[in-house]
This record gives sequence, C-alpha cells and structure tokens, in this order.
Amino acid sequence: MTDVRMKVWRGDATGGAFVDFTVPADEGMVVLDVVHRIQATHAPDLAVRWNCKAGKCGSCSAEINGHPKLMCMTRMNEFAPDEHITISPVKTFPVVKDLVTDVSFNYEKAKTVPPFKPKPKDPDGKRRMYQEDVERVQEFHKCIECFLCQDVCHVIRDHEENKQSFSGPRFFVRLAALEMHPLDANDRVELIRAKHGLGFCNITKCCTEVCPEDIHITDNAIIPLKERVVDDFYDPVRWFLRKLSGKKRS
Amino acid sequence: MECTLYRLLTDDGAVSGAFGYWRGSGKLVLFRAKAIVLATGGVGKAWKITSNSWEYTGDGFAMALDAGADLIDMEMTQFHPTGMVWPTSVRGILVTEGVRGDGGTLKNNKGERFMFRYVPDFFRAETADTEQEADRWYEDKRNNRRTPDLLPRDEVARAINTEVKAGRGSPHGGVFLDIATRRSSDYIKRRLPSMYHQFMELADVDITTTAMEVGPTLHYIMGGVRVDADSAQSTVPGLFAAGEVAGGMHGSNRLGGNSLSDLLVFGRRAGLYAAEYAKRVARMPRVDDRQVETAATGMLAPFERPEGENPYAVHADLADTMHELVGIIRTRAELEEALTRIGRLRERAQRVGVKGSRVYNPGWHLALDLLTMLTVSEAVAMSALMRQESRGGHTRDDFPKPDPVWGKKNVVARRREGRLILTPEPLPELPSELRPLIGEDKPTGKIVLEPVAAASAKE
Repeated sequence: MTDVRMKVWRGDATGGAFVDFTVPADEGMVVLDVVHRIQATHAPDLAVRWNCKAGKCGSCSAEINGHPKLMCMTRMNEFAPDEHITISPVKTFPVVKDLVTDVSFNYEKAKTVPPFKPKPKDPDGKRRMYQEDVERVQEFHKCIECFLCQDVCHVIRDHEENKQSFSGPRFFVRLAALEMHPLDANDRVELIRAKHGLGFCNITKCCTEVCPEDIHITDNAIIPLKERVVDDFYDPVRWFLRKLSGKKRS
Repeated sequence: MECTLYRLLTDDGAVSGAFGYWRGSGKLVLFRAKAIVLATGGVGKAWKITSNSWEYTGDGFAMALDAGADLIDMEMTQFHPTGMVWPTSVRGILVTEGVRGDGGTLKNNKGERFMFRYVPDFFRAETADTEQEADRWYEDKRNNRRTPDLLPRDEVARAINTEVKAGRGSPHGGVFLDIATRRSSDYIKRRLPSMYHQFMELADVDITTTAMEVGPTLHYIMGGVRVDADSAQSTVPGLFAAGEVAGGMHGSNRLGGNSLSDLLVFGRRAGLYAAEYAKRVARMPRVDDRQVETAATGMLAPFERPEGENPYAVHADLADTMHELVGIIRTRAELEEALTRIGRLRERAQRVGVKGSRVYNPGWHLALDLLTMLTVSEAVAMSALMRQESRGGHTRDDFPKPDPVWGKKNVVARRREGRLILTPEPLPELPSELRPLIGEDKPTGKIVLEPVAAASAKE
C-alpha cells in the first residue's frame, strides 16, 4: 500500500476550497475508491454521487486534474506515484455540496425532446428496418447520461446565459438517435434549430473527447443534424419555394 | 429529486404515508398516501462482495417489516457465480451469464472444465456429460444437451466455492472464465461489447486473449415482502411490492432474465391494483403525528452524537459478518454466531455519530441505512437458521439435502411488539389450472425433467 495525495474540492453553492487528504491506496484502485476511503477514514460527510461503480450509471462524473471523467473508471495507476491529484465537481452545473452538482438542467431539457412516434406498419402488418440503419442509431443508445459532454461544452460551461437556448451535446445525441431512427415519424429538425440551439455548436469536438462510451458525438450526431437543418432550412431552393407557396416549412 | 424513505406510516393497520428525507437538502419530507408501491430492490450492501449498487440497503424490506408486513423466505439469497474478483476495487461487479451463453467456459487452475464434475442428479438428464456434447450444444440445441457451465446459479456458485477451497482457484481467489480460446476476437467484441469494455478499462484484461477471473457475488434476494400473487398487495392494506423487494415469485432460486419479466408484469400489476385500491378507499388515512415525530427523532439522532462511532466501520464489520457467516454455505453454529455479532453491531449502530450538516451527507445516509441493513441481515440469518434443509439459494452444510417437508413451507418473518418472530407456514395451494404445468417437487427430478426437456427442444 502506498499513500496518495488528493486535493478534493469541498464546499457548497456559496463557495469552497480544495482540501488535502493523504490516504493509503491499494493496487488496482480507481479514483472513486480513494474518495470512499477518504469518506470512511477522514471526512464521512464528503458528498459524492455514485451508484454502479462500473461505468454504467453515469453518476460519478467529476473533474480529475481538470479533466471531465467518471471517477469509477479512472484508475489510480494513470497518475505518477507522487502526483497530487485534484478532484472537483463538474463546472457546468450548480454545486449542491462537495462533488455533487444539481444536474436538473438536463432533466428539464429532456422534457422538451418529442418522443419516438412509430410510422405506420407495412401493408402486411410488420415493421422493417435495415441493419445499417439500426447500427447507426445503436451507437447513440450507449449514452449513460454522465453529462461529461455537457460539462466540457464551452457553450454552456462558460456562458450561463446560453443554457436557455442551447441543450448541449447529450441532447444532440438523443435527438440524432430519434431523427435517424428508421421507424420514427416525428420531425424535430426545426425544433433542433430553434429550441435546442444546434447552431451554437462550433464543432470543437470536446464532447467527443470526454465521452466515456466513445460515442462520436460530433461526427455522427451533431454534424449530420447540422446537415439536416441546413438542407431543410437554409437550402436556397427550398427557401424560394416556401416563399412562392407561402407555406411554412413542412 | 433524490429522496430516501425511512419509515412507512400506518393508520389502524393500513398504509397512511411515508416519511423520509431529500438527499440534496437534508430536509425531512412527509408523503400522505392511501397506497404505496415498494420497488426498492434488495440488500446486497449487507455483504462484502455484491453486484448490487450501494443503494441496495434493504430499506423496503425493513420498512415493510416495521409497518407490520410479512417477509417470506429471506434465507433465499442468490450468489451469482461470476462476479469480477480482481482488482479488489471491482470485486463483485457482475460478469454476465451471457459470457457462458456465448461459449465461455469455467476452468480451474489445472485448466479443467470442472463443471462436468458438479452436475447434480436433478439436472443430469438434461446436461451434457462430455465436453464435446457441451460444445456442440451451442450450435445445435435440439440434438445436444446443455453445457453444465449454465447450470442454475446456486450450483455453479457452490462448484466455484469448492474448487477454490480445494486449492484449484485462480491467483486472486476465483476461477477462470475463458472465452478467449473458444471464440474469435471479433465475435467476442460483437456479442459482448460491454464485458470487453469492462475488463479492459477496469482490470487491464483483454478478454479476447486472456481468461477472466471470476467468483461468486451476492446478486439477488428471492425472499421478500409476502404479496398476493394477483394484486401484489402485502399483508398490510395499501402496501404493495414489486420486483426484488417482493418475495415468492422466484421460489428458492431465480433463473437468469426472470427478474426483468417479473418487474414488467408485477410492476404493472402492483401499480394497477394500488390505484384501484386508492380509489376504493373513501377517506384519506390519518397521519399519526407521533409516528412522524418518532421517525424524525430517530433520523436526526446521529447528529446528536458527532463524536459517536464511525458508520463506515460498522458497515464494514456487518459486511464481513454476512460474508463469512451467512454466505454460500451455512451451518447452525455460524448462523448463531452471526446473530450474536449482528446484535453487537446493532448496539454499535445505535451509537453511530454523524458530523457536518444535513445537506447531502453520505455519513448520515449510511448511519440510517445501517439500521435497515441490520434488520434485514437479522431476518436473513434467523430464516437461514430455521430452514433445516438445502434448497436453491440456501445451502446448509449440516442439512445438505432438500427436505420435502420444508419444500412445502415458507419461512415467515414478522415484527410483533418490536421483536422479530419467525414461523414456518404452509405454502399456498397451487391453483388447479397451473397444476398440470408444474411437476411435483421431487429432488430425483424424474417428473419435472420431462416438461423441461420438451420445452427446451422447442427453442
């Protein structure tokens, strides 16, 4: 057992500071294990949200040495033995206490996404999908809602005022999953442009970099959605036809 | 939105509400209700090695018991045979049965596929007895019998336990689960992407080239709140239960995948019948202020003792106790010792102290969870002591065989005047329309095997 030095941010909505802890770490430990050891031996009231400890529930998101990561999937042997490791709460959301933040922004945004609406069945009463269409949306279903992509996205990380009009990468993944679903009949393209604020994204790919499920958020979700918005909304021919017919977007 | 309930409130024996706290603010909250559905899962956190999340603290069982409901067969605990064993920080995390379903096989440190030596008579007729037949079964299920790697979980967990005790285990106290030498890398990555990911990220093990190390992990409690099979209502009017917290659905041994169908069917039923019940009850039940005050005092008591005992230490000792003495193989002496230790831990739990504020305070949460875990642990150990036979998830070294007399009984636990009372009670009669579908409970297996074999041939 070797000792590890941790700097853990402690505080609440009114403010806080990093507190030093030195605890023994065993072979194979992840950062979350060390946080638990700090709780058990030094600070029983240290707040941390966690659940499955296997990278599946998306609860233990934090910033480790400034990088948005899941604490349960960050192994201590990634760091140099004498490294001073900092852990702070995700910055995009308001702090409740210590490492726990209020992520209800995401639940409010989720309510504004129109759900799946199945297309009518084929004449023989069945529904059919091509395997390649299934595979395309499968990637998006891997999302564990850890909100690390939301944390790293500079549109909302550094600009509280954008939260009203921008939903963030997590919801572009969700919207892409629905929009590209071969059996879905809802059209969300105008909504994606106007309400979810897709135009704010300037494809810096930070979200893709931090995704623990390796979803290609920018390439496979955001850019195809941008193409749909452009096709539908900014295509000059379609724009002109709309003017002529006086019809709103279909 | 994160809320933990601590007590159910009753009015003249029927449910009247629930009392608990919001994790975020630490504020106490009272819900008035005519009907309540428990869907709180199990109690894995009372054991040291578990696949369950930290929230599996048995609060549903304990709240139901305290509200006057019956628990049945709490001794029926399922150890999933394949949890991760290394590194210690991931110990217990589930390795899906799908690994074996897709061709993985269990081996000891001599490279033997040891499960062939552990086929009980009950399953012999439907289980392959050569490695060749077992391997053919993956391709042709009609003309071959199932691999013993996929025997029920209790059989596999005990077999692993025996292999490890005999010194044939893996370096970290499990056995090997090998799919690397049996399936192509592409196949493994396509069929088992999350297992590939889990071992790669958490253990630095590439399962397409290296065998996994696995061992038993507490996974599920078959016992639970006694409910009516149709309405999911407990013995307390207005209290319903669905999923793992409800007892009886899976007998002594749940089969893989059955929990999902259980919660889909009985979750819906519990909701429907709870709504129907609530409509039928004309008057909103009265909330008894004394019950609320007692609960509030109990919840806040640990703050009165900031220098009290560390809840994490008491929890660690409880987990050790349950692991050592109420594990896969049980004996009378060990269960009695467990009850003595649980008694001492309860005294310590009464002295547990909490520092800091009520805002998102995990030390406080654990101090309260400890009480429910202790209640349920006591019920499990007492039930295990009472059932003098081995059946499904309950194995008594001193009573190694199933006993047909016990096979017709539930072990019922109730709280009366503060004490936990246990009684064996006869199983409900099987409805006549189901009787032709289910064989007699005969350990020789002759009658039960025919319909099973016929059913599997249809797959």
